Amino acid sequence: MMKSIPFLMMTFLLISSSVLIGCKDNTNDESETPAEVNEVSNDAGSNKGQAFIDDDSENPNALRLAMDSEDHTTLVTAVKAAGVENSLVNVGPLTVFAPTNAAFDKLPDGTVEDLLKPENKAKLAYILKNHVAPSNYPIDMLEKNIEKGRTLYMASGENVEVSSDGEDIIVGGAKIIATVKVSNGWVHVVEDVILPKE
Amino acid sequence: MKNIFRIAVLGVLGLIIQSCGNGGSSDEKSGALTSNAADRVYVAPGEHDEYYAFLSGGYSGNLTVYGLPSGRMLKEIPVFSQFPTNGYGYSEETVPMLNTSFGFVPWGDSHHPDISQTNGELDGRWIFINENNTPRIARISLETFETEEIIEIPHSAGNHSSSFITENTEYVVAGTRFSVPYPQEDMAIDQMKGNFKGPLTFIAIGDDGKMSIDFQLKMPGFNYDLSHPGRGDSHGWFFFTTYNTEEAHTMQEVNASQNDKDFIAAVNWKKIQEYVQNGGGEEIDAEYAHNYFDHSTQSATTTMESKVLTVDPREVEGAVYFMPTPKSPHGCDVDPTGEYIVGNGKLSTDLTVHSFSKMLKAIENEDFEGDAYGIPILNFDSTLAGTVKEGGLGPLHTEFDGKGNAYTTFFISSEVVKWKLGTWEVLDRQPSYYSVGHLMIPGGNSREPYGKYMISMNKITKDRYLPTGPELEHSAQLYDISGEKMELLLDFPTHGEPHYAAGIPADKIKSKSQKIYRLDENEHEYAATSESETKMVRDGNEVHVYMTTVRSHFSPDNLEGIKVGDKVFFHVTNLEQDFDVPHGFAMIGANTSELLIMPGQTKTITWEPKKEGVWPFYCTDFCSALHQEMQGYVRVSGQNSNVPLKWTLDDEEIN
Repeated sequence: MMKSIPFLMMTFLLISSSVLIGCKDNTNDESETPAEVNEVSNDAGSNKGQAFIDDDSENPNALRLAMDSEDHTTLVTAVKAAGVENSLVNVGPLTVFAPTNAAFDKLPDGTVEDLLKPENKAKLAYILKNHVAPSNYPIDMLEKNIEKGRTLYMASGENVEVSSDGEDIIVGGAKIIATVKVSNGWVHVVEDVILPKE
Repeated sequence: MKNIFRIAVLGVLGLIIQSCGNGGSSDEKSGALTSNAADRVYVAPGEHDEYYAFLSGGYSGNLTVYGLPSGRMLKEIPVFSQFPTNGYGYSEETVPMLNTSFGFVPWGDSHHPDISQTNGELDGRWIFINENNTPRIARISLETFETEEIIEIPHSAGNHSSSFITENTEYVVAGTRFSVPYPQEDMAIDQMKGNFKGPLTFIAIGDDGKMSIDFQLKMPGFNYDLSHPGRGDSHGWFFFTTYNTEEAHTMQEVNASQNDKDFIAAVNWKKIQEYVQNGGGEEIDAEYAHNYFDHSTQSATTTMESKVLTVDPREVEGAVYFMPTPKSPHGCDVDPTGEYIVGNGKLSTDLTVHSFSKMLKAIENEDFEGDAYGIPILNFDSTLAGTVKEGGLGPLHTEFDGKGNAYTTFFISSEVVKWKLGTWEVLDRQPSYYSVGHLMIPGGNSREPYGKYMISMNKITKDRYLPTGPELEHSAQLYDISGEKMELLLDFPTHGEPHYAAGIPADKIKSKSQKIYRLDENEHEYAATSESETKMVRDGNEVHVYMTTVRSHFSPDNLEGIKVGDKVFFHVTNLEQDFDVPHGFAMIGANTSELLIMPGQTKTITWEPKKEGVWPFYCTDFCSALHQEMQGYVRVSGQNSNVPLKWTLDDEEIN
């Protein structure tokens, strides 16, 4: 019986102190606007989106792969500017045709800088979506598509032609130079930007 | 010791009063609180929620009932799956509910609940839900919250564009997601194109809720994905999205995305109804189960049906048209006025909105761009009302708030987007956590949505809750949509995989919710409505035990004369007539489940004793203060023993 007295006292102390702290916080809140209160709750660690979940997957997702690549800094900058990060990290399946920095450099001077301007966000997003097919397209499937005359349906809404040039596979005019399996699909590194038809 | 405890309690209370009393009573403080998300979802102990939300249980096969805005789960209603919690699908009375033309099917994949309507408004009589895998439609009473009827859909496969209801509950539809030979036959799979069909089934609903298949529309072999009825001016029409108009039979993930546009099929069901009433259509062979639960006998029966009326859409002039809709549309949603039909092109960034009035004009002008299997295809531009541009990525479903706004889920970009009907401008977007599928606004599929709350039902959970290993429950989020911007209020886990949901103001149904079953209306064949009627009857190796429960004993509670190899039927009647006094019944070693018996109900479970001995049974529900005493014994003797049947209570023979 006696043993429980210190326990009860502890409980008492803990409860009372937490009540005090709790009320102090409430008092502080009163001076803040409700909007600020909501903002705090939306900043909770898990409310940032799928792009920021740290999972145990051995394979990185398409976005993580691009972010870890030195050759794709322009692409990553563009993805962030267009605000389409979460589109590259969902379960997919996705096939991303990832232009290298050199591919972006081939565009006329000032094009990339222009696209990164906030007023061109929608245009930039459209161009980026023209590099993402909501489907699984490993190399052998691309070869089959060439054989069967099937186009690739891109997230932009456009159908992009796929063809071959000797051993090389060309997608929308851009040659594939490397392929990586990622957790939510496939990433094919391309040496040109696939410019939309529209 | 006791005194110290009291002092501690008083101390805590005192501190709460002292430190928080002032804040709580000031108007300024309560003003700040109303903008607080926690306060807006808080339903005080003992208070009720404002809305019922019925969430499909997906691969649980069931329907779950939640309260909004609290997000509290109130009940799981068993529908298409066995449910050992109360014996559904195990008890003799409910086994027939799961009969099909394929035999007893213990599991289902429930999808899209929809509440019955009168004049385009929710009337709260019944809720219907479809089973996708072994095509069936169920009707659940919103008085008893129990499944009353299940009808199988013959000649169908992947019963997905279902179970949506017309505005006076004339019909519930059941479409075919996977086209199949019609009727089924042995043929080479690669012969699919042109030979498979996608029948759309129209189930007539009687005034008592009873379902009967009125006709099946023999449509081309596309995939019919989702549907919604017209309302207001478009009442009398039904709209179905299609995909795989390529009619690919393999690798649909590539082959079904080749056409730039698929269709929304517009079906004038009133015309077809008239046609069949005048003797139109052809009766063909069909095999399907129709299961009905009778409340007076408290037992379900299965009737096997053998015919169905099929209608060739080309035979009924002006009955069916195709509206081209881009990019494999998924959701097919009709706004509260009935004018706009939204096609959610799931591989697109845009939404295509068709106009019903423009569609009528195009039909009148015969503004066709061709036909598919003899069904006219309307010119895309002539039915197009507008396009919602750059909504997001991967649109799936749209609901409406009744204030001129629409809300669309985008799976790939994981967000809900609010946009304006008529101007098609995007007004707001909120991320969902994560990869949202369906969304629901109470009354969202009716003329009168209740545009206060919206819930999104998400396909991916990942880190939302405390981790529970690799397998996670799905997540739902509750938004307040009464203002200009959507506000995320609450996040709660859901059971199974909620595909769609239906919500209704609580006051439309709560007063009708039944509290007990009346014992004097119990017409169960094996009911014992008083202890004096309890007995044991042997019929060969079958022994029927007529048993009762009342706080806190079974009658009889000592049973003898049962032998190894017998099949024992325990017919247990709960004699209670008070609200919320169920009793349970569990028998050691039963290869079935328990029974959970509501007041006035009779339920039956079987038991095949395998070992000699004296075996206990007990009440599984903590029914009363003497619940632990509520038990009994069954004596099991050898197969050739001569122990006579004997049933007693308090060592006295009962009759």
